[in-house]
Amino acid sequence: MQDELIKRACELLDDGTVNRVLGWSTGDFFYDITPTVFGSAEDVKKNFVYNDFCGANLSKYLIAESQKEGKIAVFLKPCDTYSFNQLMTEHRLKRENIYAIGIPCDGKVSAETLHDAGIHGILGVKRDGDDLVCDTVYGSRRMSFDAAQDERCRSCKSRRHVVYDELLGEEGEVLDSHRFDEVEKLEAMTPEERFNFWQGELSRCIRCNACRNVCPACNCELCVFDNPKSGVFSKAASNDFEDANFHIIRAFHVAGRCTDCGECSRVCPEHIPLHLLNRKFIKDIDTLYGDYQAGEKEGQMSPLSAFTEDKDAEPSIVQKGGIR
Amino acid sequence: MQKIGVFVCHCGTNIAATVDVEAVAEAARHVPGVVYATDYTYMCSQSGQDLIKDAVKKYGLTGVVVCSCSPRMHEKTFRKAVDSVGMNPYLLEIANIREQCSWVHKDKEIGTKKAIALMKAAVAKAELDSPLTAGETPVVKRALVIGGGIAGMQTALDIADAGYDVDIVEKNPTIGGKMAQLDKTFPTLDCSSCIVTPKMVEVGQNEKIHIYSYSEVTNVSGFVGNFKVTIKRKARYVDETKCTGCGLCTEKCPMKKVPNEFNLGLNNRSAVYIPFAQAVPKVATIDPNYCLMLNKGVCGLCSKVCGAGAINYKDTDKEIEVEYGAIVAATGYEIMDVSKYDEYAYSQSPDVVTSLEYERLMNAAGPTGGELLRPSDHKRPKTIVFVQCVGSRECDSTRGGKPYCSKICCMYTAKHAMLTKDHYPDTDIYVFYIDVRTPGKNFDEFYRRAVEQYGVHYIKGAVGKVTPENGKLIVQASDLLMNEQLTIDADMVVLAAAIEPSHSARHLATMLTASMDTNDWFTEAHPKLRPVESPTAGVFLSGVCQGPKDIPETVAQAGAAASKVIGLLSKDKLAGNPCVAHSDEMMCTGCSQCADVCPYGAITYVDKEFRMRDRTTKVRRVAQVNPAVCQGCGACTVTCPSGAMDLNGFSNSEIMAEVDALCR
Amino acid sequence: MQMTSDNETWEPKIIAFCCNWCSYSGADLAGTNRLNYPANVKIIRVPCSCRINPMFILRAFQRGADGVIICGCHPGDCHYMTGNYHTRRRMTLLFSMLDYLGIEKERTRVEWVSAAEGQRFVDVMDDFVGQITKLGRCRRLEDLRCRTN
Repeated sequence: MQDELIKRACELLDDGTVNRVLGWSTGDFFYDITPTVFGSAEDVKKNFVYNDFCGANLSKYLIAESQKEGKIAVFLKPCDTYSFNQLMTEHRLKRENIYAIGIPCDGKVSAETLHDAGIHGILGVKRDGDDLVCDTVYGSRRMSFDAAQDERCRSCKSRRHVVYDELLGEEGEVLDSHRFDEVEKLEAMTPEERFNFWQGELSRCIRCNACRNVCPACNCELCVFDNPKSGVFSKAASNDFEDANFHIIRAFHVAGRCTDCGECSRVCPEHIPLHLLNRKFIKDIDTLYGDYQAGEKEGQMSPLSAFTEDKDAEPSIVQKGGIR
Repeated sequence: MQKIGVFVCHCGTNIAATVDVEAVAEAARHVPGVVYATDYTYMCSQSGQDLIKDAVKKYGLTGVVVCSCSPRMHEKTFRKAVDSVGMNPYLLEIANIREQCSWVHKDKEIGTKKAIALMKAAVAKAELDSPLTAGETPVVKRALVIGGGIAGMQTALDIADAGYDVDIVEKNPTIGGKMAQLDKTFPTLDCSSCIVTPKMVEVGQNEKIHIYSYSEVTNVSGFVGNFKVTIKRKARYVDETKCTGCGLCTEKCPMKKVPNEFNLGLNNRSAVYIPFAQAVPKVATIDPNYCLMLNKGVCGLCSKVCGAGAINYKDTDKEIEVEYGAIVAATGYEIMDVSKYDEYAYSQSPDVVTSLEYERLMNAAGPTGGELLRPSDHKRPKTIVFVQCVGSRECDSTRGGKPYCSKICCMYTAKHAMLTKDHYPDTDIYVFYIDVRTPGKNFDEFYRRAVEQYGVHYIKGAVGKVTPENGKLIVQASDLLMNEQLTIDADMVVLAAAIEPSHSARHLATMLTASMDTNDWFTEAHPKLRPVESPTAGVFLSGVCQGPKDIPETVAQAGAAASKVIGLLSKDKLAGNPCVAHSDEMMCTGCSQCADVCPYGAITYVDKEFRMRDRTTKVRRVAQVNPAVCQGCGACTVTCPSGAMDLNGFSNSEIMAEVDALCR
Repeated sequence: MQMTSDNETWEPKIIAFCCNWCSYSGADLAGTNRLNYPANVKIIRVPCSCRINPMFILRAFQRGADGVIICGCHPGDCHYMTGNYHTRRRMTLLFSMLDYLGIEKERTRVEWVSAAEGQRFVDVMDDFVGQITKLGRCRRLEDLRCRTN
């Protein structure tokens, strides 16, 4: 697949369709993938990679990149196209400056998942049937590809692109996802258990802002938490309240706009399952106001902007046993 | 540093009995930022107000907090007072220590403690208050009335009478509306045309009124005082300025089989037509669906006979844009389609008619020349059954049924029954009803005359089935009071079909950002106190478009709407409410979510160029609030994730300062 | 202020956000009719319930509030036509999220109170204050730095 992408990127650069390509390159380690803008075919040939670690969603970078002079090509996995559409809905992209290429994806792995599974010192990986074989300094290790994937990929909602200018490879299908299973587990707990769970998770937050910075929905010019005039200005994780406050407000701000791309959890250095907050909102919205997938179509109205006069649940539904 | 003055009112003993007012003033003196605090028996009295004014001058106050009754009571009074000594009125805050403290608590210690907390919250807010000035916008001195029925005509006449220009947009080739189709009006039985046609002439001749007939509103932008309206003038193929209305073309037109909508399809007209003799403007119109010249390119007879040279087959739809200060919706109603009510056999027999069709059959200018002849065989009906509430007061919406009462049916049915009996005393008339609803001046007397003097059979009960059989209509019905089943061999059945809003109303409401209820009637700004205004400033409601009503009510409402319009147009400038939303362009991302929740369409977007720190420029889409349209609800401020939207007078930081103060 | 043990001096702090047109008038009416309700309730006037930002609610808890109640016009009666419909969705989702985080769901509430419902305002406040008193001090969303008693 990587060769095909490189070939196509070079063609587009050479024939002048675009003057830049947004893709991925490796960092210090081969599994340390960084979104990168390539300015020449030479650069692409030398540094462009596309492999099982290329989980990063490139859509958000287009906010800045599409403002620049000339057209940019971007490679979008199915889930990234939802973010792309959502950004289009919010008028954040200059569409005429973007050439979107849909590329297939059958799940991504991250070094963290492999580390968690006890695989360290990874030198390289390759697929072998349903397994992932890791070449490590301690010898070859094998684990099922399914287990090696991030949770967001195991419960992938769709392998079908919702927008592109050109598609490479085969188009996938919308999947019958079990992505709310984890949310349901939490809902089944007692409030004390839930509180302890989230207290344990959120108290690890170091307010590095990685979740916010990577989130395609968090694209404010100035975040309320960085704005001294907003009243919630805070930059340090000084206590439990601020951790919770930051994450509740952030989840609320992206509610109805979050496409569930899962980038927040992927980049969290503390492995806080932040996407479970967003998913709760998504699940509640689906339950109360009908199925809604942000980014499915360009120009959709957020369920938090819409309403019905007589069919909407009253807030007291929460006191009466919650939204299940 | 702020210099706040705090003024604690005793309100006689209303406050002072439960709140230690001196203690509140003393506590205020220790609040940072407060430079002066005092208490007084009646702050709202002239001497109380003078106390505030003097302190503002003497201490150079930058903010004033009055601890008194509800701001709903005297906020305006105190704002005016500080304004008179040169302080911006929006730098004043009220702490409500009467309705929400002294009157709801009995213990003086508790009351005092709470009053101090409320005072501190008000001080906290006052410290963050910024001076606000209401914007002013000029008013375009011209009104638009949409709909040329009796409601629209009356509104237009009343506005014109006050000296303002009015335009009427009417979708049909003539004004006059439903009233022009009626025969007689209840409860006086005077001739409808005799009342309405002189009104039409009056409208047509009024120098201040311009009629855009055969036209539709296609776009509305702008706001109160400054609407921009696009009017589509549909191609008429006849030059209005040249046509003399002689009617020669309509006589010569060979295409004579066009259903005549003025007579509800009960007879035919020609392809070039004038709806009826008294039409205003009296100008012919070519029906493009039937004209042979327009469809097949052959004929051209009307053009040949027209001495004025008014026919123009190349006419096209034209759009014009006009500015208005106020818009009146007078779109009226339609008769509901009753074909889904199979049991009444409306689609099966031509002798089952709606009441409006019956009206045309009775009318001297109607298809039968006023002689009551049933449509199928042109014989005089001997037995007529009237069915009330067809589609009205009905829960089953799948057939188009309406939950509301159409209000006029009981009265016009009594009228029909009486008029029929007057002309043909030997006719048997049955009226099946759920209830007879006749409140109104001389209304019940009218109905009782039908029963007592004319011997109309009023039967409380429902008609179950109408079966056409051998030229008769077999009506099966139940009499609920006698508890028996009836079968009537009728010659005609007349259905009092429900009235429903004009089908164009919903689209219009969307353009006007005026709200509608679930039945598509326009919603009034307040059901009791503002019945002729829509919640959208500058948009007014006249006639049935707001809900079912009869002619006198319509005319009364039309006049009321006109007086509201006149009140608006008589102002040269409109002062806005300064407590409106505003967007910080540096923070706005242009995501459009605020516009999605704005009920007034007050938010628009512009591409704006920003200079960046590195001296490059960047074009960004940002929201702009039109302060003349914004009503200050604040929905946008919460939907905006970046907090770029904020509300004057109730800003994020002000509300949070109040929260902080009250939690302390 | 010195720290005291909870049971001795603790009094619930309740913040009530009331929309200007219905609920604030309803509260005024309670006063005009001399109806009583606990003084723990402190009202903040907002133009419409849709002006209430979740940040205000969290802020109140941070600063030591034990319960937050939002009052607006009954659905369908909003002065701004659609404001309370937005409130209804926003607050349903927010409250569900707070519950999901294990914060006692009884501490937040939305009630529709019209300008004519002075007695209802009182009943609602009596009930809410009783509920919060039973729950005790809000621990799960407090900011110890902001504690004053």
